[in-house]
Amino acid sequence: MASPGAAREGKSPLDAVSFADVRYSWPGPSPFTLTINDFKLRNGEKLLLLGPSGSGKSTFLSLLAGIVVPDRGRIDVSGEDMATLGGAARDRFRVDHFGIIFQMFNLLPYGSLIDNVLLPIRFSKLRRDNALRGGALEDVAKRLLLALGLDETVIATSKAASLSVGQQQRVAAARALIGAPQIIVADEPTSALDRNTEGAFLKLLFEQSNEVDASVIMVSHDEGLAAHFDRVVRLQDIAQSQRGGRS
Amino acid sequence: MMIARLAFQSLLNRWVTALLTVLAIAMSVMLLLGVEKVRTGARESFADTISGTDLIVGARSGSLNLLLYSVFRIGNATNNVTWKSYQDIAKMPEVSWIVPLSLGDSHHGFRVLGTNQDYFTHYKFRHGQTMKFAAGGPFKDLFDAVIGSDVAEQLGYKVGDKIIVAHGVGSISFIEHEDKPFRVSGILAKTGTPIDRTVHVSLEAIEAIHIDWQNGAPVPGQSISADQVRKMDLTPRAITAALVGLKSRLATFKVQRRINNYEEEPLSAIMPGVALQELWGLIGTAETALSVVSAMVVATALLGMVTMILTTLNERRREMAILRSVGATPATVLGLLAVEGGLLTLAGVVIGTAGLYAGLYLAQPYIDHTYGLSLPIDPPRPDEWLKLGAIIVAGFLAGLLPALRAYRLSLADGMMVRI
Repeated sequence: MASPGAAREGKSPLDAVSFADVRYSWPGPSPFTLTINDFKLRNGEKLLLLGPSGSGKSTFLSLLAGIVVPDRGRIDVSGEDMATLGGAARDRFRVDHFGIIFQMFNLLPYGSLIDNVLLPIRFSKLRRDNALRGGALEDVAKRLLLALGLDETVIATSKAASLSVGQQQRVAAARALIGAPQIIVADEPTSALDRNTEGAFLKLLFEQSNEVDASVIMVSHDEGLAAHFDRVVRLQDIAQSQRGGRS
Repeated sequence: MMIARLAFQSLLNRWVTALLTVLAIAMSVMLLLGVEKVRTGARESFADTISGTDLIVGARSGSLNLLLYSVFRIGNATNNVTWKSYQDIAKMPEVSWIVPLSLGDSHHGFRVLGTNQDYFTHYKFRHGQTMKFAAGGPFKDLFDAVIGSDVAEQLGYKVGDKIIVAHGVGSISFIEHEDKPFRVSGILAKTGTPIDRTVHVSLEAIEAIHIDWQNGAPVPGQSISADQVRKMDLTPRAITAALVGLKSRLATFKVQRRINNYEEEPLSAIMPGVALQELWGLIGTAETALSVVSAMVVATALLGMVTMILTTLNERRREMAILRSVGATPATVLGLLAVEGGLLTLAGVVIGTAGLYAGLYLAQPYIDHTYGLSLPIDPPRPDEWLKLGAIIVAGFLAGLLPALRAYRLSLADGMMVRI
């Protein structure tokens, strides 16, 4: 088994992510099967994945981040097949390669902003080493927060719970970006923001992603965002979902 | 380290519930250790009810019976010891001192003990303390009485008060020695022993108040006044028991055997320490019951903690999903919850122990004075450390219960919680 870091330092595959003949069924009383024959996210690409709710976005993200393993087929991230990794190794692989931003409630409410930003560093040596190249960890976190438009007094004095939703999403973006993971995964991060804030947020997110050469894949049902992205993919074009009964 | 810090911060975030849980555990720990302290204190105080006495001699009976009536003033003697036997024992070469005890009368339910001045110097209790007078002094006159502190307190007596002794030991007596009242000459300081509930008079006084009695009732038409009695020979014919001190403790068994085999009268000699232990063995079941109850209180507190963690689990699914998204394994989530249980219990144990010692420090003089119970303020003994350790381990294990649930939730939710 290759170490998670080897792929990044060694060969440099063209695709950040590639799905081939992937099929996955949620077990349980109401089974749901998702089939993705071919999907690729290129390095440095900013991709918008559009799909209405219930179309299998969550399942897609779980597969992408290695929370679940496909029943069939292959998902490569930076040239490495995640299915070959054990559970704990996948958890480590995830933090090494992905920065993840949720729709809302991204932060541990009791932590300071810096604490929240530094969370992935605690679990990933690779991202810790990457971040340390920029100086002391606290300084790197603070620089990221400043670059994402939070002002100094807020950074120094606030607890995560006291921030506005827009501010929380910026902290979440800083956490996703710190230590330069290759792929930023965002699950409707702007759905709670108004149009102006949304545009500003995406602009800053992309700027910082470019700084660290990260790809961005964002999932949303909002077609209005399409203009910000390099490429737009509709989930129903790449995936077939099927409800009820395994076939 | 990282996990402990996160667990700690998460707890701080829920500090009200966490604090209440810690307090519940702390109270239960205080109770557990407190019961332990009272147990030891009670046992030691009990074992020290009488010390410095090597043998107690009475008419032949079981050792418990003899101990109960001679020291604890409970029950009655089966028979008396003749004055001659008493003197024979006093003459034994190994005997250093001997104090006669004569029981059978009472005053408002408190036993009257006939004895001599030596009683006040030879009867020792609680690490060899002797009796002290809170007021007045030992009896000088024939009709002087020295009363214990409980007697003085409950009946409101002062030095110089007149009291009338009743025949028999019931709290209500129909026959009283009203023709020969006693004067309170001294009040003893609190001892925490049955002495507190005793009226002490001289052996001669016991003889004097019964001189015109026969078969447990006054002889009609033969009353002898208090003044007349002073001129009579008041050497007792019999006593109830005697406390014996030996010159050398090594001779204890020898003297005991000789008294038990005394030919002129069936006698028993017992070693008070051995008899006290035997007695404690009987009433010791109560202390076991106390321990069981306090252990159950600790279990209840831990159960409360598990409930507290379980109820917060649902609202913390988001927190766990965040941790999973930044690379925490389900095992980390499990550890987080288990550490939380451990931290809460540890805090409870520390606060409880500190609280107990603070309480002991404050309350000890009062308890000692009011109940005659000396509670030791010494560091936890090895078995107590063991108990505290067991509680912490139990808390950690109890924390695993919600942790396992969180683990399963975390596996199922991954990082996509639908809330």
